[in-house]
Amino acid sequence: MNRAGILIIDDEAQIRKLLEITLQSNDYIAMQAATAKEGMIMAANHPPDMIILDLGLPDLDGHEVLKQLREWYTNPIIILSVQSDEADIIKALDNGANDYLVKPFRTGELLARIRSALRSTLQGDITPAIVIGNLEIDLALRTVKKNGESIKLTSTEYTLLSLFAKNEGKVLTHHYLLREVWGPGFINQSQYLRVFIAQLRKKIEDDPNRPEYLVTESGVGYRLVGTE
Amino acid sequence: MISFNKIKKSQQYIWSIASIIVISLVCYGLSSLIGYRVIGFILLISVSLVAMIFDILPVLLAAVLSALIWDFFFIPPYFTLQVSSTEDSILLSMYFVIAMVNAALTYKIRKMEKAAILKEEKENTFKLYNTLLNSLSHELRTPISAIIGATDNLQINSSKLTPQNRYDLIAEIAKASFRLNQQVENLLNMSRLESGFIQPKKDWCDINELVYDTVKRIEENKISQKISININPDLPLFKTDKGMLEQVLYNLLNNAVQYTPQHSRIEIVATAHADILEITIQDNGKGFPKEEITEVFNKFYRLKNTQTGGTGLGLSIVKGFTEALGGAVGLENISTGGARFTVTIPAETSYLKNLKNE
Repeated sequence: MNRAGILIIDDEAQIRKLLEITLQSNDYIAMQAATAKEGMIMAANHPPDMIILDLGLPDLDGHEVLKQLREWYTNPIIILSVQSDEADIIKALDNGANDYLVKPFRTGELLARIRSALRSTLQGDITPAIVIGNLEIDLALRTVKKNGESIKLTSTEYTLLSLFAKNEGKVLTHHYLLREVWGPGFINQSQYLRVFIAQLRKKIEDDPNRPEYLVTESGVGYRLVGTE
Repeated sequence: MISFNKIKKSQQYIWSIASIIVISLVCYGLSSLIGYRVIGFILLISVSLVAMIFDILPVLLAAVLSALIWDFFFIPPYFTLQVSSTEDSILLSMYFVIAMVNAALTYKIRKMEKAAILKEEKENTFKLYNTLLNSLSHELRTPISAIIGATDNLQINSSKLTPQNRYDLIAEIAKASFRLNQQVENLLNMSRLESGFIQPKKDWCDINELVYDTVKRIEENKISQKISININPDLPLFKTDKGMLEQVLYNLLNNAVQYTPQHSRIEIVATAHADILEITIQDNGKGFPKEEITEVFNKFYRLKNTQTGGTGLGLSIVKGFTEALGGAVGLENISTGGARFTVTIPAETSYLKNLKNE
């Protein structure tokens, strides 16, 4: 496999340096841009396999950069920002970011998110069968197995879980999940989501109180952790 | 503010005139029993009393008015402003001067009093500010020193370090960064509270999930204490701000972890009483000194005789956030030893049990 090229757009030299070392030592090719303009030109000239984008750029608001990139760029974009406000995170995800990490971030976490986002593009089409730990989800056969044994899910539970499976490793916002599973009229009925997530965890997690598969992104949504 | 003062001032005029008239009427009733000179003294005392309460202009008005009333109604010849004897005219002018001086002096004293109070307030703010600066610079500089010191060693002393040294130094950097991050988090939360713009974003919360997630975050710091969780499985969903409630729990747990002896036990209990969520966090540590229990939620307050470290912000953020959510937080020592924090939050609830078969 070719080494994946990742473009870092961040105005802080220290963060760029840190990311460069992290990426290179994990066998990625790191490219750097310090401004939105420079980043967008670099991305257009040599489209990278992924972009890591800071939201607080000096020349253009990061949300705007994200929107402009998404007009043509289809590979993953991970946001890395000091903005921890939930509204900001949701806005970025709605504008097409694949993932969002708040600074200060943990290197292990960043690498996991990069792997997961890259996998989703490398695979191209969605694989019908996903195996995470001792959990197997087969989207073609519509079956879910845990430790080899089939789990009985209600139709809503299955619709919800299959959404996560199709977006493995990606955080799905409350609004997105409510709209997709229950319909546009339900986007403010988050109590449905809470109840069904809890039910789903009881069926798929070893300890539903300490979920390992279906994790919470506080105030934003949920994520089915990727296969490692 | 200005218009409020104006209203108050106009009322002061009315009150000072009214009090002089009432006293004059009483004196008029008594004028057959006491001489007009005694009445002069009574009026003078009245003016002094008025001076103790009101501003200078209403008081001067009272002084002039009382002098005129005294002359007109009490000093012979009655019902004229004329004074027949020389003695009386001297008395009247002396009355006038004394009333004025009295008014001016009282006013001056009150002004000085005000200035003294203002000065004390300023000094208190300054003291608070100093406490903040002291604890802040300690809390921020200690981890920064650790980071700089450790990196210096790794850069300059590298050849003399054993692998274990190196590992320990890196561990110190990690610990210091974590501590620094936590203090910055506290400061940001405090400034959010101070700004007054804090607006809870209420949404349905699974309390079970919230408590377990928070405990997981605390346990990531490799704590020695054992945290047990006791939540009623039938707890409804509550409509509240999850992020703020999480911060409240985190700070309470962190406080318990920081200030109880190693291997203490911490227990979290969440229950619902109608539309009120109650979360208690209790430990089997030493509890709080009785005389300081009411103070611990104050900003920058730190227990006397406590270990160094901490800014005294954690529990004040707990109080601020809880109140922003419309709730309350209490602290008590428990008879078996240790302390118990109780957070109560009124919130809309939802039991969605009929959904299960969808």
